[in-house]
Amino acid sequence: MTSLTPTATAGPVPPAAELDLRADFPILARETAGRRLVYLDSSSTSQKPQSVLAALDDFYRQHNANIHRGVYPLALEADALFEGARERIAAFVDAPVRSTVFTSNVTAAINLVAYAWGRTNLRQGDAVLISEMEHHSNIVPWQLATQATGAQLRYLDVSEAGTLSLDQLDEELARGDVRLVALTHVSNVLGTINPIAAIVQRAHAAGALVLVDGAQAVPQMPVDVGAIGADFYAWTGHKALGPTGIGVLHGDAALLEAMPPFLAGGDMIESVTRQRSTWKELPWKFEAGTSMIAEAVGLGAAVDYLGALGMERVREHERSLVAYALEQLGGIEGVGLFGPPRAEDRGGVVSFVVDGVHPHDVAELLGRENVCIRASHHCAQPLMAKLGVAATARASFGPYNVRDDVDALVGAIVKAQKVFA
Amino acid sequence: MADDLYRDFILDHYKRPRNFGELEQHDLDAHEFNPLCGDELGVQIRVDDGRIAELRFNGHGCAISQASASIASEELVGMPVEEAATLDADWLFELLGIDISATRRKCALLSLKVVRHAITGEGSWPLAATPDGHPDR
Repeated sequence: MTSLTPTATAGPVPPAAELDLRADFPILARETAGRRLVYLDSSSTSQKPQSVLAALDDFYRQHNANIHRGVYPLALEADALFEGARERIAAFVDAPVRSTVFTSNVTAAINLVAYAWGRTNLRQGDAVLISEMEHHSNIVPWQLATQATGAQLRYLDVSEAGTLSLDQLDEELARGDVRLVALTHVSNVLGTINPIAAIVQRAHAAGALVLVDGAQAVPQMPVDVGAIGADFYAWTGHKALGPTGIGVLHGDAALLEAMPPFLAGGDMIESVTRQRSTWKELPWKFEAGTSMIAEAVGLGAAVDYLGALGMERVREHERSLVAYALEQLGGIEGVGLFGPPRAEDRGGVVSFVVDGVHPHDVAELLGRENVCIRASHHCAQPLMAKLGVAATARASFGPYNVRDDVDALVGAIVKAQKVFA
Repeated sequence: MADDLYRDFILDHYKRPRNFGELEQHDLDAHEFNPLCGDELGVQIRVDDGRIAELRFNGHGCAISQASASIASEELVGMPVEEAATLDADWLFELLGIDISATRRKCALLSLKVVRHAITGEGSWPLAATPDGHPDR
């Protein structure tokens, strides 16, 4: 029998060629002291492809003008680029354009909701439900909002396996006082991918609103904001191959309409008299002051790049890298891993500790090999307390990482262990 | 392995820290955090005749913060309390004798900060006299 397609008798099918995008990311060509850059801190911020750098450069060289004001041709170009980017950014996550608000980052997006919705709607006797795996950006705004309104702040536990319990969610919702559930889509420490659509369904059935922190999700997996159905979904550009200084808040249009503005001032008004003002329509009502114009254009180029790759492919690549990293790191004696054991259940991040070596020292020693990881509480101190550590070391992946990077990580950890042996 | 930061003497103080633990009686104490990494360090001091008679650190942290506390403790015991409160970052860096990057300086200075806090009631970061780096950042 002759066939060009591999058959079961032809032995194991070789793995598909590994995705290798390094040539698209100029910074990855950089060497320090003769060592190539092994960048494993993408949960913190991602590197940028050439197309994003070119879009930023082109904007400032060719199209720079303020938006929403000028009638001259250059200003119209800037307008079109800015609003065109918004359309592509919204489409990238299947969200309506009208309720896609630009903010400076996720922290600003959550604060927008905590102030404009939280302080207007929360009352004594109400509760905001978050979880132990939240980033400080989804904890502290709710501490302030609940303190200011007399509402209660409650937490869902993180299990030993690094997951949330839907049963506990149901119990909390059954208490009848939860007005808002604010949860991360993907944990920046454990990597846990939360069953966010199921959570939204249950919360809505109980009459609670849902805010999702999608900072770690949007850069590495397909996200359909419409299908998830959350009332607020926030993410940030710089973790998704875009520039710093731009975040995105997708909100339910009716809720956004009903909310007062957050920041007030230029560009967000319809008319201003001496004592009173009226607001622009959505989404501009929430975009006070000159916007992050070049950054929006840059993020537009970033989602174009990710869209062309295909987020299914990005997700599969990062899943495969995490599976390899879990296997390799798990094989080093004295290395402890956090988070769900199966790569299928987690995003592109692996937190770990090395016996006898503080995470800071691990990161410093790895840095000498030009292996860049993060060592800290990862802005998740309540989670660190739950895990019983002050800090962890964390390697996190972007679409441009390859298996060689994991090998470099493993080699550098073994070397660090020798220093402290 | 030769290493400018992780020298044998730093690692020795990290693995076998001097003057760590609790004092049965103490006159001064304080507790401080490093906001960068969540490390924490406490100190208890017994004062006798205006001098630090006994001192114990407690807490957890990286090799630099723990070794720095241990090494400093050997100099601090016997020192007039007033003098200990005025020690600056350069005193400690000279004592350690290693190059510390700007981001790790707070690790090293946590010990001085907590001692300063215990004595003066205020935990400000000790500044370097030389404007190199940003220990107060």
